Amino acid sequence: MNITVFKGGVHPDYHKEVTATMAVTPMKAPLTVVIPLQQHIGAPCEPLEGIEVGAQVKMGQKIADSSGFVSAPIHASVSGTIKEIGPYNHPLGRPVQSITIESDGEEKWDEQIKPAGNLDDLSAEDIRKLVREAGIVGLGGATFPAHVKLSPPPEKKIDIVVINGAECEPYLSADHRVMLEKPEEIVFGLKAMIKALGAEKAVIGIEDNKSDAIRVLEQVTAEDENISVAKLHTKYPQGAEKMLIQVTTGRKVPSGGLPLDVGIVNHNVGTAVAVSKAIKEGKPLIERVVTVTGSGINRPANLLVRIGTLVSEVIDHCGGLKDNTLKLIVGGPMMGLAQPNANLPIIKGTSGILALTDEDVYLAERAPCIRCAKCVEACPVTLMPTMIAQAAEHTLYSRAEKLHALDCFECGCCSYSCPSKIPLTQLIRIAKAEIMKAKKK
Amino acid sequence: MDKKLVVSSSPHIRTIDSVQSVMTDVLIALFPAALMAVLLFGYKALLTMLISVVTAMVVEALWLRKRDLFSDGSAAVTGLLFAMVLPPAPPWWLVVIGAASSIIIGKQVYGGIGYNIFNPALVGRAIVVMSWGTRMVGPIWPQPQPFAFTTDISAVTMATALAGQQEALSYSYANYFIGTIPGCLGETSALALLLGGAWLYYKGHIDWRIPGGFIGTVFLFGLLFGGGFYGGSFGTGLFHVLAGGVMIGAIYMATDMVTTPVTTTGKLIFGIGCGLITMLIRLWGSMPEGVTFAILIMNGLTPIIDNFTIPQQFGGVKKSA
Repeated sequence: MNITVFKGGVHPDYHKEVTATMAVTPMKAPLTVVIPLQQHIGAPCEPLEGIEVGAQVKMGQKIADSSGFVSAPIHASVSGTIKEIGPYNHPLGRPVQSITIESDGEEKWDEQIKPAGNLDDLSAEDIRKLVREAGIVGLGGATFPAHVKLSPPPEKKIDIVVINGAECEPYLSADHRVMLEKPEEIVFGLKAMIKALGAEKAVIGIEDNKSDAIRVLEQVTAEDENISVAKLHTKYPQGAEKMLIQVTTGRKVPSGGLPLDVGIVNHNVGTAVAVSKAIKEGKPLIERVVTVTGSGINRPANLLVRIGTLVSEVIDHCGGLKDNTLKLIVGGPMMGLAQPNANLPIIKGTSGILALTDEDVYLAERAPCIRCAKCVEACPVTLMPTMIAQAAEHTLYSRAEKLHALDCFECGCCSYSCPSKIPLTQLIRIAKAEIMKAKKK
Repeated sequence: MDKKLVVSSSPHIRTIDSVQSVMTDVLIALFPAALMAVLLFGYKALLTMLISVVTAMVVEALWLRKRDLFSDGSAAVTGLLFAMVLPPAPPWWLVVIGAASSIIIGKQVYGGIGYNIFNPALVGRAIVVMSWGTRMVGPIWPQPQPFAFTTDISAVTMATALAGQQEALSYSYANYFIGTIPGCLGETSALALLLGGAWLYYKGHIDWRIPGGFIGTVFLFGLLFGGGFYGGSFGTGLFHVLAGGVMIGAIYMATDMVTTPVTTTGKLIFGIGCGLITMLIRLWGSMPEGVTFAILIMNGLTPIIDNFTIPQQFGGVKKSA
C-alpha cells in the first residue's frame, strides 16, 4: 500500500524560513545550570551517592539515575560544584526536584568517557546499554527513554525502524539543521538502532518543505540498500508517530497500541545523532539543538545548548524579547507549553523556545459552535472533536470516553481549525484527565 | 524579566477563519446568483433582497440588543437566502414578515447561531408558503426579462417549469442553465449558483457529499421515475436537477453548517435523503416542488444521523456487538 498522505491535519503558517538557513551555533556554557531529575517519561531519577550540595562533578558525569526500567539517567552538563538540590521550575508547569551546578568554567570531561569502539564489535545488548547509560530520550519532544524503545519484548518482531525528520511543528528548524549538518551521525545512529533491534530496514521520513535535507540524506544513504528516504507532503501533524508510520510504511498502529505492535520502532533524527555520539565518543546527552524563534525574539537562532541552561539566558543570548511579547512557549506553537516566565531550564526534550508578540497571540472571545465540522476534517485520528468537547463541557465524561477521547494525542488541529475559536483540544484534555481519574478509582 | 505573559493551553496559533469570515464567504458566493436575479427580474428583485437582508439584520440586532448590525454576518446570510427563495416580486410586507420569522422562529428561539435545528431561511419560507399560499404557489411567477432593470416584471405571470410537462417542455437546457425561466428570485440560474458553489468548495466551507448526494439522487430519481418526457429519461433526470430549487437547495441550503450533520458519512446520507424526499414530493406529492420540506425534514433528522455515523477512530477495530 502506497500511502503518501494521512487523513486530516492542517496547514498552518510555518515561519520556518526565519531560522531554516541558520547554522547551529554552540552557545557558551552558562555559569549555572539547573538540571531537573525528571526529563523523560517514566520514573524520576534520584541523585547518586555522593551527589550532594558542595560535591564536585565533571562534565558528562552521571549524577542521577533510577532503578525503574522506563527511565533515563541524568548527567552533569558542566564541570563544577553542586550548589543546590531542590525543586525548580520545569517546562511541565510544576516544580521538579533539580540539581543546580555552578560551573568552574574548566569544561573538564569525566575521565570515564571514552569511545565505545566499532559498531561491528558491539552486540545488541551493548548498544542498548550504551544508549541507556548516555541518558538518551526521544529528542523530538516526547522524551520517551530511547533504550526502552530499543528493547522490545521478544514476541514482538521489529522489522522497520522509522526515523522522524518530519519536523511538522511550525517555526522549529532544529531537526532540519541537524539533518543538514549531521547526516552521517544520523545514519550511524540509525545503523546502531537497526542492529540493536535486529531490524531489516529503515525509512527516514522528511517533509518536502525541507528538500535540501532530503537531498543530503539521500546522498549519505545512497550506498545503504536497507535505508530509504521518504519525501512527505508537508502537513501537520506528520511527525506524530501514528501518522509518520502510516505515510512511510503503510502500516496502521492500532488504537491504544504501540508502533511495535506493527513491527516498527520510531525515533527522531536528533535521537539518532545522540546515539551516534554515545557510541563514537562515549559522550552522554548533555546538550541539544534548540530553535529560538518567533516574532518576539530579537535575534532568532538555532543553538547548541547545554541541558540545564536557563531559558532566560538563552533568550538574552538571542538579544532578548521584544516589548510586545505576550507568550513564551517551550516547544512549538501547536503542542508546546506556554510559560509564565523564562526562569526554567532547557531539558532534553526542549526543541524550541518560541516567543510570540501580541500580533500573533489569539485572545478574542469564543463564539458558539456553528457545526462547520472543520475540526472533524482536521482530526488525524478521525475523532469527533466537537462532540467530545461538548461532552466534556457538560461533564459527561463517560460519553467522551465512548467517543474515544483517549485516542486523542493532543496535536491541536481541532482548536487550530475552529472558526469559533473554541478551545477543543483543551476540553478534550480535560475529558482525558477525568477519564483516567475515573479509571484509577 | 517582569513581562506579563499569557499562559494558555496549546495550540498557541489559530486559523484566521472566523464565523464572520465564513459568513462573508457565503455572501460572496451568493453574489453571482443575486446579480443574475437583478439582471433577470429587474429592480423588484433588488428591492426584495434589500428588504429581506435589512429586516433580518435589524430584527437580529434588536433581539440580541446589539448595535452592530452586520455582527457575525449570519443574519445577512439568512436574509439573502430567504429572499432568493421568494418569488421575484412579492409584496413588501410578506418579505418583512418572512425575514423576521426566519430570524426569530428559525433561529433565535433556539438560542441563536449554532443552536437552531432547522434552516432559518427555509423556516421563513415554510411560514409564508403556508400563510399566503396563493402568493407563493400557482401561476404567479413573472416572466424573466433580461436587462430590463426598470421594468415591473410582475405584469406577466405564469407557472414554473415544474407545474407540468407542458410547462417543462417550453424551455431549453440553455434556459435552465442560464436561468431565463420563471421561478424564485435566486434559484433559476444554475450557472450562477454553481459559480458560488465552486467558491465555497475552494474555501473549504462545503463538502461535496451534501450537494453531490442531493443532486445525484434527484438526477437518478428523475431518470428512473420521471417519465422520460424531456427528450428521454436522461434528459428528464437533468431537467429535475436544473428546474426548481434543487441547485440553490443543494449548494446553499442543505450545506448550512449548523443544521446539517458534522460526520462525513452523515453528510452523504443527508444529501441523499434530501434528494429522495424532494423527488417523492415532486413526483407523487401534492405540491410541484419539494426542496424546502425535504431539507427541513432532513434538518430534523440531523442529530440522529450524526449519532449513527460516528467514524471509527484511527487504528480502531469495530466491536462486534
